[in-house]
Parts: sequence; C-alpha cells; structure tokens
Amino acid sequence: MPAHPARQPVLEAHAIRKEFPGVVALDGVDFRLFPGDVHALMGENGAGKSTLIKVLTGVYASDGGEIVLNGRPVRITGPLQAQRAGISTVYQEVNLCPNLSVAENIFIGREPRRLGLVHWSELRTRAARLVASLDLDVDVSAPLNSYSIAIQQLVAIVRAVDVSAKVLILDEPTSSLDRDEVRQLFTVLRRLRDQGVAILFVSHFLEQIYEICDRMTILRDGRVEGEYAIGELSQADLVARMIGGELAGLEDLSGRHGPHAEADAAPFLRAEGLARSGAVEPYDLTIRAGEVVGLAGLLGSGRTEAARLLFGADRSTEGSVRIEDAVVTLPTPRAAISYGIAFCSEDRKTEGLVGELTVRENIVLALQAARGWLRPLSRARQDEIALRWIRSLDVRPDDPETLVRNLSGGNQQKVLLARWLITDPRLLILDEPTRGIDIGAKAEIQKLVAELAQDGMSVLFISAELEEVLRLSHRVGVLRDRRLVAELPNDGSLTPERIMATIASGAPS
Amino acid sequence: MTKHRLFWPAVVLAALLLANVVFTPDFFAIRIKDGHLYGSLIDILHFGAPLILVALGMTLVIATSGIDLSVGSTVAIAGALACLHISGAADPASPATVLGAVALALGVALVLGAVNGVLVARVGVQPIIATLILMVAGRGVAQLVTDGQIVTVTSEPYKLIGGGYWLTMPFAILFAAAVVLLTSLLTRRTALGLLLESVGGNPVASRLAGIRATGLIGLVYLFSALCAGVAGLMISSNVSSADGNNAGLWIELDAILAVVLGGTSLTGGRFSLGGTVIGALIIQTLSTTVYTIGIPPETTLVFKAFVVIAVCLIQSPAFRAKAARRRARPGRGTASRPLTPENTEVGA
Repeated sequence: MPAHPARQPVLEAHAIRKEFPGVVALDGVDFRLFPGDVHALMGENGAGKSTLIKVLTGVYASDGGEIVLNGRPVRITGPLQAQRAGISTVYQEVNLCPNLSVAENIFIGREPRRLGLVHWSELRTRAARLVASLDLDVDVSAPLNSYSIAIQQLVAIVRAVDVSAKVLILDEPTSSLDRDEVRQLFTVLRRLRDQGVAILFVSHFLEQIYEICDRMTILRDGRVEGEYAIGELSQADLVARMIGGELAGLEDLSGRHGPHAEADAAPFLRAEGLARSGAVEPYDLTIRAGEVVGLAGLLGSGRTEAARLLFGADRSTEGSVRIEDAVVTLPTPRAAISYGIAFCSEDRKTEGLVGELTVRENIVLALQAARGWLRPLSRARQDEIALRWIRSLDVRPDDPETLVRNLSGGNQQKVLLARWLITDPRLLILDEPTRGIDIGAKAEIQKLVAELAQDGMSVLFISAELEEVLRLSHRVGVLRDRRLVAELPNDGSLTPERIMATIASGAPS
Repeated sequence: MTKHRLFWPAVVLAALLLANVVFTPDFFAIRIKDGHLYGSLIDILHFGAPLILVALGMTLVIATSGIDLSVGSTVAIAGALACLHISGAADPASPATVLGAVALALGVALVLGAVNGVLVARVGVQPIIATLILMVAGRGVAQLVTDGQIVTVTSEPYKLIGGGYWLTMPFAILFAAAVVLLTSLLTRRTALGLLLESVGGNPVASRLAGIRATGLIGLVYLFSALCAGVAGLMISSNVSSADGNNAGLWIELDAILAVVLGGTSLTGGRFSLGGTVIGALIIQTLSTTVYTIGIPPETTLVFKAFVVIAVCLIQSPAFRAKAARRRARPGRGTASRPLTPENTEVGA
C-alpha cells in the first residue's frame, strides 16, 4: 500500500472475514479510512462491497477480524451502536419509512423531547433548517413517499449527516439522482469533507469516482486488490483491476447492428395516443420486430410510466395499442404476457423478484404462471432450465437452490432476465436493467440485448445512461415532463450531447 | 441436520412426549382392545385431528400473507347444521341422512369461505378484518341454527366421522392423514405451492410475473373453510352433539399457533405443511400433558403460554446463537454471531 500523509486513520479494519452459507463474502479484508478523505470502495457485483459496509456498520457481525475506530478496537454490534460511534450509512435502496413525514424520518429514533414527549414543533423546525441548508425545496411535514426516490435519497443523506457523523458511508447514493441532484450532493460532500468527515463512497459511475474521490480501495472476490490514490490509476487500469484482467466482456458493441437495419420490418407493436392521466401524456410509438428502441429522459420524465402501459402494469386511460395490426387491450400484465410481452422492472427488489424463493423458482415463475398451476413444469425440467440459464448468464453463485435475496444486485438482474427469456418473448421491455450493477455484468447484459434483437426480438430499452441507450438502440425516444417529445433515429450522427439538448429544450435539435 | 426446517419443531414435540413419560410411565404404550387401538399417542392424534385440519387450511391462507380468523365459527356452524339436519330427520341412523348432513354442512362452509375469499381477493379488505366479521357473526349464526340449545344426535354413521374406528384406528386420524397427504400432493406436485408462496412473498412482483392472485387467494379461503367444516363435523360427531357456543372456540388461535410453530412465517411466502402437522401435534400434546401431570385447570392457559414462548425461542436461530454466545463467555471465542441466514445478502 502506498504511504499516506502522516494522519491517523479514523476507521481501520483488519483481516475481516464474513461467510454466508456456501459463500465466503469477505476473506481477510484490510481497509482504512482517513478523516477529510472521500474514499471510493470499488469492485464488481459480488466482490463484497455491500458486505464490507454492512460489517463496518454492524448490520452483519464479522466471522473474524478486527475493527479499529479512532485508534481503539471496537466491537460494533448493531447499526444503532455504529451510529452512536459516529458511523452513519445511506444505503443503495432508501431505507426510510415512506409513510412517515420527512421530518420524522430525519429524526426517527432520536426525536427532540420535552418532558419525555416528542417535541413536534422543535422537530419540524430543526428538520426544515437542515433541509434548507442543503438548498432542498421540501416540505418536511409531507410524507416521504410523496417525493421522488431522488429526494428520498437526499433525505436519507440529510439524516445520516445530522447524526454528527465522523464517518459517512454512501452506498450507491447517485444511482437514482439526476445530474443536478448529483452536483448538489457533491457540494454537500465536499463541505463535509472539508469539515474532516471521512466519507466512504460506493458508486458504479466511474466519472463520479474520479470527480469526488481522493483515494480508493479495490475489492475482488472478497479480497482487497489494492489501495490507491485517485491519480495513480487510469480508468482503464481501474476497470482491469476490478475484473481481474478479463476484459472479454468489454468488447466493443458498436457495429453489432447496422444503424437502422430494421426500418422495413413489420411493426410488432404500435401505441397510438396511449396515455394515463397523471402519469404520461398521449404518445405514439412503433416498435418493429428485431428493433431496439431506447427511451431516454430524466428521472420522473415518464420513461417508466410509458413502458408500464405497454405491459398492462398500469391501465391506460386513453389511446390504443396494436399488436401486429390487431387492436388489443392490456388491462393486466397477464394479458400483455399472453401477447409475448415481457417487462423487467427497474425496482428488482419490490417489483421483480421474490426474495425468499430460490433462483430456480424465480426463473420459472413467469413461465409457470402462464401455464397455470395445473400444468406444472416437472422438477427435472425446472432444474434443466435453471442450470442452463445460470450457466449462460453466468449467475453466481451457480447453485439454483440459493435464495434470490442472497444474490448481489447484478446477479439478481440476470435471474430476472432469465425469467423472461425462457418465456421466449417477442417484445422485451427493460427498465434500467444495468442500474446499480457492475461494469462486467453490464457489458454482458448489453451484449445479450444486442444478440436478442439480432435474433428478431423487439426490445424497449430504458436507461438513464445515454451512452448505453445510444450503443444499443436503433431509435431513441426522448421524454421530458411526461411527454414523448422526440424520436431520434440512431443513424451514427446521434450523440449523447444531442439527446441531452433534446431533453433540455424539449425539441429535436 | 439441525439446518432442516422441521428439525426444531420435531425436537420440541419429541421432548414434550418424553416429558410425559416421567409422569405417566406407560405413556407410549399402545393396547388393542376390541380390535381398536388405545393409548395416549392415539388419543393425541385422535383429538388433534380437527386442529390438524384447521391448521392445514390456515397454512395455505398464511402462505398468501393472509389470515383466517373465522375458522372457529365455521367449525361451530358446520357442526350445528349437520346435527340439526340429523336430529330433524325421520331416520337419523340412515347413511343417506348423514350424507345429506355432511353435504349441507360442507356446502355452507364453502359459502362462508367464498365470502371471505371475495372480501379479501376481490374487494381488497384486509384479511384480518374480513375474517373477523365472520368470526364474530358466525358464532351468532351457529347459535341461531341451534336455537341457543345444545343439539344432541343419536346416529351410528355420523358417530363414525369423529368417534368411530376403521381398520383398528380412529377414523378421524385416517381421514386427517389422507387430507394432509392430498394437500401436500396438491401443493407440491402441481405448481400451486410455488404460486402461493410467490403471491405471499411478493404480491407486486407476482402480478408483474403474470400470476393471477385473485383466484389463488380465493381458493385458499375456500380450502380453509372446507377444512374447518370437516373439523366441525369431527368435533360434533365425537360428542354426538352440537354446541354453537363452545364448539371450535379459540381453535383459530391454536391453528395459527400450530402454523407458526411449524415454521411458516406469518408474513407469508414459504410454507411447510409437515411443520404445521407437527405444530398441531405439539399443541395437542401440550393439552394432554396438562391433564396427565395434573396442572390445576385454572392455570392451564398460563402453563401453555410459557411452553409456547419457550418453543418459539428455541426455534429462533438468533436466540439460539445468543444463548450459545452467553455460554461461551468469558473467553472471547471466535466472535461468531450467525444471524438468521434468511436475512443475509451476499456481496455488493
């Protein structure tokens, strides 16, 4: 490890070990965090990042090793104790109470009291002051779930920051934020850093890492690959170290498909004036067989809402859908599935997988649902299907009887993809399929999408990452303020900047 | 082996049975008298049969993250209707009369189940509220049916259901065993079990996977009511009378307890029929134990409560780990604190 300016680390971990049934998640991990540093924790999905964070914050007890806080060995037995010791965490998925008010969420468990009772007005005043200090326009007495995920995340950060943190851990804090919100967050982080707070930052966005971080630790397969100052490694080097030199998954996808090879193919699905009041304005969209249509737009622009109408996840209030020229109604997902439409939700945990079921059961779920309970897939058939897809998508661990909730995010995404691919869909709707997953799995999923389209499957691809949308799509629909404002052919001249300009101006440029 | 989900419930049941031997040395003895099997174990199975049935239906309801509080009332109504039908018939002992009574009782039970199912699955009432309606109203209906009296019947064929013997065994045991077997075939050999667990485990994701939850949920309330109806027949047949006020009283709570003791979570999802059977037997054994070791009747419930708390704690992996750690002190040990394996997530 490179020498560090003569400062004492505020947090040190030595030889941390953590096992789960069948998996060694952390194997002798050493880690240190200096005050006044923003420190990146890097690694692929399943490398052990989340596990390490959970050990540091007392969510998991380690099976070995030692944690030193301010030079003294500590035993962190739970999140509350970690918080008291000065370690606060904001997780990837917002872990607040959506039905409580913003103010209550900020002070939950440490409410200001008067005569033993909660001092409500004081609580609200203090919450309002905190929120204002971050330039957030939020009514602290409104329930948290009346705000977007992005705001909820910022509220979680407000809460963590206010717990007078010496160490602030941010697990994928930016995955659901738009650019302005990220800037806002970074401003806050820099201020905290200058105050001497040690910040541990986990993100899959390499640009952000290079923008905000001072140092990084790279994990691979539960071990430390190394600790570096941010200037020491180029992005390419970093990626190579994260995935261990196997760059196979990263091959260039461009040239996999002609820019608009399918322009003359018959339309598979056509939406005409399709809308749902309060969610998305009337839009027209045609998706041809073998075509990848991208949807771009900021968070809350109606990307997801537009797609949900095509799957029957929400009912449309006006407009119509034609599938191969026949007008159809899509009142339920079941109806859409019967027309060969599949939908991978952006919210894997609550809308995608059933956590307490096994990988095998999750994979066969949609197919089994379509067959009905009286026509079960035999166990042998299930095992065969599950094993085949675990192998071809490289799901880890590769045991089909693992509970899905014990898988990392990227592997969960693969299971969800497998569930729909075995139904042999004609239109696959992917909503943020690569959000929060590592670069290796991301490349694999992108490659798969391109291959599927080449074999004639239609794909509706939604992503906040414009580069990704551009790389895969034949056409890109741009949404802004719940309206489909433009449809841009990806003819080689389309750039992320042009899409951004369209989002910004609301008109094709 | 301790990892198997039925391990701890089975250990508890075995321990309870063994504890009885201390007080009743011939507890495990089984005698044949008049071609019938007799013994404490047979009694436990015999008197536990209605609870096993009710708990079986409850398991599937709980798997969908619902609950059915109305089963006790359904037990009472089914028994009352059957007894009334038989006592009013010209020939109470004819098989046709008894079959008619059974059909009437189970038919009405199915109607009650359908009411629950529609309220929960179609209207969207919370299960605890929807079934609470029938739990409260159903007792009244049972009282109305029997006119507030205890209806007694004298009918050999009817007596067979709950009190009779077949192939040396109490008929109720054989019947309950058959229902357990059929249910487990129905849920595990078809995809019903998987779809129920999916709906209970994550209803939103299940809908998006194309599972029609409405039908499935309606089905489990029908099944639960049917099981309760059969249990009602057994209970009333065993005592040859129907008591609208007391038949099946609190059986819903025992059934829920049996499901939980068997390792099925009240939050729905994964369920275990085998666990439920063991759970029901634990509760029945406990009742027997209370009598055999002579616990004063007024303190039975307190005694039961303590045992149940103990059983729940023993089954909790977190508690066992804590206890183990406490024992390992003061040596620092290996600092192991295995959390519930179900609550862990691996990797980033």
